Parts: sequence; structure tokens; C-alpha cells
Amino acid sequence: MFEILSGLLSYDFIRRSLLVGSLVSLCAALLGVTLVLKRYSMIGDGLSHVGFGALCISLAMNVSPLTVSVPIVIIAAFFLLRISENSKIKGDAAIALISSTSIALGVIITSLTNGLNTDVSSYLFGSVLAVDKNDVFLSVVLSVTVIIIYIIFYNKIFAVTFDESFAKATGTKTGIFNTLIALLTAVIIVVGMRIMGALLVSSLIIFPALTSMRVFKSFKSVVISSSVISLVCFFLGIAASFIIETPAGASVVIVNAAMFLLFTAAGLILKSGFNKAK
Amino acid sequence: MNKPLLRLNNVSMSYDNRLVVKDVNFELNEGDYLCAVGENGSGKSTLIKGILGLEPVRSGRIELLNGLKRNEIGYLPQQTQVQRDFPACVCEIVISGCLGQSGFFKPFYSTSDKSKMLESLRMLGIEHLRKKSYRELSGGQQQRVLLARAVCSARRLLLLDEPVTGLDPIVSNEMYGLIKELNEKHGMTVIMVSHDIRSALCNANKILHLDAGVEFFGTCSAYLGSDAGRRFFGGGENV
Repeated sequence: MFEILSGLLSYDFIRRSLLVGSLVSLCAALLGVTLVLKRYSMIGDGLSHVGFGALCISLAMNVSPLTVSVPIVIIAAFFLLRISENSKIKGDAAIALISSTSIALGVIITSLTNGLNTDVSSYLFGSVLAVDKNDVFLSVVLSVTVIIIYIIFYNKIFAVTFDESFAKATGTKTGIFNTLIALLTAVIIVVGMRIMGALLVSSLIIFPALTSMRVFKSFKSVVISSSVISLVCFFLGIAASFIIETPAGASVVIVNAAMFLLFTAAGLILKSGFNKAK
Repeated sequence: MNKPLLRLNNVSMSYDNRLVVKDVNFELNEGDYLCAVGENGSGKSTLIKGILGLEPVRSGRIELLNGLKRNEIGYLPQQTQVQRDFPACVCEIVISGCLGQSGFFKPFYSTSDKSKMLESLRMLGIEHLRKKSYRELSGGQQQRVLLARAVCSARRLLLLDEPVTGLDPIVSNEMYGLIKELNEKHGMTVIMVSHDIRSALCNANKILHLDAGVEFFGTCSAYLGSDAGRRFFGGGENV
């Protein structure tokens, strides 16, 4: 075990990925609880596809990926939120349209400029090699900002998640918090996309929240446990990819899926035990 | 005691470009218990949302009188599907009622918020459920928790939107008893939207019958004698 760990940490690029990845997993788990409970999971998925388009644009323009993608995805988050709130347009259908359009744009831009190569594949499915030195600083700053904002507004985020109309009626500015959550999600998706891949990054948001809800029953315990679950799954996934040489993003998703099954079983066992005790 | 608390002047509201509330006028005094009745789509819930500022008012004015502030109003919304299986403990939900009084930048709850939470739990007789998870409670208990949250945020006025929907008759009566107690013992002014005209008449002291416009506004006994009341009751023979 120790050997594996020291083996992992002896590589510079893995150290960078672990640092950025664990911060992203933490943030994604925090935001995921709210997104899943508010039925906004599809926004995360939609944003990751927009992120792919943005990455392709930045590659074609030959500029740093984060500086282009962050603003584009933030703008997209703003629109997706408006679409979801507006019941007249079918929100999920609109998100699906935007997702596929972004991917198509990204693929066309790339094939016209650099040609479809391994870079594109690494954007779609992620790569531990993707985090370069310049990205690390910005990624860490963005993730820590997300965590601080989440802690400051934790109570308000709970109120808006549980019952938006009550929160609004009693004087909480719900619009600001919905926008805030969408913006933070956009930031985390862009930062996490390099390691996890555009197609897989939304799992970081959705899995930990759902997993912890199988067992935990209060909002605070769900938030804390999903952060822990997310971190553990990320480390296990990266370690597995290092040992059996599987792609990093996909390995993290599979570990998350296994954890979900485990917690579902645990939840069922706890429930039946509870009923018997009664 | 009988100071006016709320006054509506020619209030009209629309929903999906349809006029659902038309020229509503009434005045509510402190300590009143008003029940708004009417058929589905008669604008009862929309009017409540207008008073809370959740939906825009098209014309007319809603005045809060005698120093009543927006954040002194408590609200019990209709339950949404999202809430039924929401992982949250009773404490967390009830104390979130206190948020309205705190400013934008207040990350944590104060001790006075906590004592307010305990007080409203006690008022509704659900102290023992404090650590329970919301999604494991019965429908009646869930409704009590939401009422406790409304009490936590309300100092003077409570707006209740269909508080007994989906509850069985026994639990419904308990809810009505609790609301009555809040009104009489704790001096809370209450506006309740209800389909249940019989218990409305037993509990409230004023009736507002809406059908977009005001069909009737006045005391319960006057309502029974009025045309609107008789029509809604089908003659009133089975009161």
C-alpha cells in the first residue's frame, strides 16, 4: 500500500492531478447535493458539453484553456438556468439541444484547425496528464473560492434548495443564489473537465450526492458525507488507473458507481433493520 | 387590539396573461382569522402570493399597516414533490425560517435563532421530532414542521396555503386546532386558503369568497346568510 502511494506521488503530473482533482471533487460534491435535490442535474451535464466546445475553441486559438472556457461556460450556465426556470420551454430538451450543438461545434472547429487527434480524445475522456503547471494555480484558487462561498452561504443555500418559494417570501434573494450555484457549477466543471473529461465530469457532481442520500438523512450529514465519498472515490480511482493502467476519468466514475451500489445496499439493510426494530 | 394590519386596494393580478384576481378590496385587523374560499382557479393562492410579493401585482396596492414588515410574515406554502423525500432533519428546516430576519451576510445562526426554533417546536408539540429526518415523518407531521418554520419566521401575520391538503380528517382537525391556538393564544393574525368550507366556518372569524373578484367579504354568520355563501354551500342544509 505504502509503495503504491509513494509510487503515485513520485510523479510530478500525478501530484498536480491529485491536488486539483481532490479540490474539484470536494467542490463538485458540495454543489451536487443542491443540484440533485433541485432537479438541476442536467445543467451540470449540459455545461460539461459546452465546456468541450469551449476547450476546442481555445485549442484552435492557441490560448490557455481555462481563460477561454471559464467565461464561456459561465455565460452558458446563466442561460441554462433561465431555461430551466422557465416552464414554458421544456428545460431538459433545450439542454440536450445545447449539449449536442456545443459538441458538434467543438468537433468541427478542431477538425478544421488541428485535425482530430489525441487531444480531442483527452478532452472527451480526460487525462491525468492534462493538468499543466499554469493551470494548477488558477484551478486551486477557483476551487478554494467555491468552497469559501459555499460555507458562507450554507444556510441560505439550504433554504433555497429546500423551499424556494418560502425562502423568497421571507426575504431571501433566491435569484442571486440560483445564479450563484449555476456559476460555481460552471467553474467547477471547467476545472474538473481536464482530468475527468467532458463526457464524464458531471458524474463528479451527481454520484456523491446520490450515494450519500441512500444512507444519510440530514442535510448537513449528506453534505459532509458526500464530500468525503467524493474524495475517497477520486483517490481510489486515480490509484486504480495507476496500477491497472486504465484511463483516470473512467476509473473514478466506475469507483463512484461501485460506491453507489454499496451505499444503496447499505441503505436497504439499514431500513429493513429499522423496520424490524419497530 | 383591532388595529388594521393589511389593506388591499383594487388589487388585480394576472397569471399566464389571464386575469385571475380582479379588483380585490379588503382590510384585515390584527388578531383576525381570515379564511379565503372559492373554487379551483378562483385566484386564492395567487392572491396569497401577491401579498407575499412572490407574484407581481398588475394594478392596485397592497399596504402593510401599523409597522408590519415583510419579514414579520410567515408562510406555509403548498408542499412540493421535491420536499417529500428531502434529506433534512426537522431542526434544519424549522430554523431556516429565521433566515428572513438576518441580513445577506450572516453565515451562522445565533443563539436567539435557536431558542426561537425551540419555542416554535414547543408551540406545535413536535419537540420530540427534533432530530428526526423529514422524509420519514407522516404527512401530518411534515405539515406541522412546515407550520413551525412559518411560525419561526412570523411575528404577526401567518399566510397558510391549503394547510390540510392530503391529510386525513383526524390529522386535519389537529392542524385546525393548532392554527386556532396560534391565533387565539399567541395573537397571530391568520390568512388561510382552504377548500374545506365547513371547518373554515368553524374556525375563522372572517370569510373572503373569491371568484376572481370578491364575491363576499365579512363575518362567518353574515356569509351563511349571503347569496354567495348559500350558493357555495348548495343551500346550506348540511352544515
